[in-house]
Amino acid sequence: MSTAQSPWRHLAGPAVPLAVLALLIAAPFLGVYPVFMMKALCYAMFACAFNLLLGYTGLLSFGHAAFFGAAAYSTGWLVRTAGWSPELGVLAGVAVAAGVGLVVGLIAIRREGIYFAMITLAMAQMVYFVFLQAPFTGGEDGLQGVPRGKLFGVIPLGDDLTFYFIVLAVFVAVFLFIVRIVRSPFGQVLKAIRENEPRAISLGYDVARYKLLAFVLSTALAGLAGAIKTLVLGFASLTDAHWTMSGEVILMTLLGGMGTFAGPVIGAFTIIGLQNLLADRVGEWVTVIIGAIFVICVVAFRRGFVGELLAWVQRRKKALARS
Amino acid sequence: MDIFGIPIQAFLGQLLLGLVNGSFYAMLSLGLAVIFGLLGIVNFAHGALYMIGAYVAWIGLDRFGINYWVSLVLAPIVVGVIGAMIERTLLRHLYRIDPIYGLLLTFGLALIAEGIFRFYFGVSGESYPVPEQLAGATNLGFMVLPNYRAWVVFASLVVCLGTWFLIERTRLGAYLRAGTENPTLVQAFGVNVPVLVMLTYAAGAGLAALAGVLASPVIQVTPLMGSNLIIVVFAVVVIGGMGSILGSILTGLGLGVIEGLTKVFYPEASNIVVFVIMAIVLMIRPAGLFGRER
Repeated sequence: MSTAQSPWRHLAGPAVPLAVLALLIAAPFLGVYPVFMMKALCYAMFACAFNLLLGYTGLLSFGHAAFFGAAAYSTGWLVRTAGWSPELGVLAGVAVAAGVGLVVGLIAIRREGIYFAMITLAMAQMVYFVFLQAPFTGGEDGLQGVPRGKLFGVIPLGDDLTFYFIVLAVFVAVFLFIVRIVRSPFGQVLKAIRENEPRAISLGYDVARYKLLAFVLSTALAGLAGAIKTLVLGFASLTDAHWTMSGEVILMTLLGGMGTFAGPVIGAFTIIGLQNLLADRVGEWVTVIIGAIFVICVVAFRRGFVGELLAWVQRRKKALARS
Repeated sequence: MDIFGIPIQAFLGQLLLGLVNGSFYAMLSLGLAVIFGLLGIVNFAHGALYMIGAYVAWIGLDRFGINYWVSLVLAPIVVGVIGAMIERTLLRHLYRIDPIYGLLLTFGLALIAEGIFRFYFGVSGESYPVPEQLAGATNLGFMVLPNYRAWVVFASLVVCLGTWFLIERTRLGAYLRAGTENPTLVQAFGVNVPVLVMLTYAAGAGLAALAGVLASPVIQVTPLMGSNLIIVVFAVVVIGGMGSILGSILTGLGLGVIEGLTKVFYPEASNIVVFVIMAIVLMIRPAGLFGRER
């Protein structure tokens, strides 16, 4: 799983990210539906949070939907039923996700590798059943009609365009935050754990604590994505917490390129775009197509879009240096 | 007669239902453990193979009039062949890389299978009739024992113990255990390891299909039956540890019983009790009840 640190480093410096940002700012004016963009950005945030764990710490969580869903429900309930303001609702959602993440993390980090995946999956299924039966989640219907309200009591979020720029700002902040974490000494230790855990232990690092902190950070950010998603779409449902959602976020990260900064974003936009495109046309076959992409990714395309691009750039560089 | 305020009939009924579910947990976790031992792959598709087994039986009866007893043999063969093809074409590419890719690939396969069956059969589910030889119930005096449920527990115990015997007491089993320890060396001794690996996956798939046929008269046959079960089976595997075959069988049956009893005393928690036990076991004994720390 060794991939280069920054997808941009080999390209034209800061030009590419700035161009992408400009494109994202311009998107609603180019005729892209703002709600679609907000939804895709939420899933991109979710995938980036997940990638912090899989790509940079080497832990495969198969239960990230639980944290996404926990925040989606908490924020939805607080904003709709308890009448909280959106910013407080989102903060509370993040706190709930991090709390659930702390409990699940404490249990899951007791095993490694494949067992870690199975344990997180099982714990997430437990959270799912709790949401299925709890009185405040609306059971099969979910929480419908969550109002967006006014940010800080001033900015009405009901306007799609206003809300889009706020979501974009949050997304950029989360993205930069993750870049910062990965490049910090803390991030270096995480990568050391990913590459060779026994060595990290022998160097004196308290590996369990690093893993737990990475897990909680990742779940908190996944919660942020879930909380904002509830405000964007106006509902929280069982789908948010179901294991298929955990699978989707894995696929987004894998398809885009795990262990790269841009990969999960590209993966999320691809999958959400694909679902949008296919939903009305192929119905049940969406699941089959998602499954097939999974299989193709694992067999032939493990580095993902960004990983393959980087590998190609590197090969070219080597070829140029030789000639 | 009551036990803790619960009528004994209801109590024993749930106990038996718990044993029935436990039989399925045992058969599936056994297959998972054997496949993981030799292939190093956690087979997420195991639930899907179980579901396909049940559908082979249902389609066989509904479209072709194939009876239960024939399906009991036919479905494992059909699904075993599917398993062998999956191993040959896809899984073999993954043996040298991180095992999480095996989980992800089989997860994708499970989604494909589930999607296809959902397209053709919907999600509402089909019911499979209990075979006439096993219909009805026997009055044991203290309880009425539904014959089919007793048969499921009996049949799966025979199958599980047979598998144990095959692996621990026969020459083929010795190859298998040696292949789990060191495939290169076994290959050097002239055993065809790739074929052994393929047959192992096929056998695990067949075992899952057999569980599916056994389950079809007691539950609704739906495309989702596999994925709902496999997550519980994963928890069972974590609790038991994948090191021991008898351990897998015991853990599966035991957790089925505990789940059944939870349904009697606190029904709201019956869905999550296995996961709670998993969390507790991980805190006390992280390697699992019968596992070895690696």
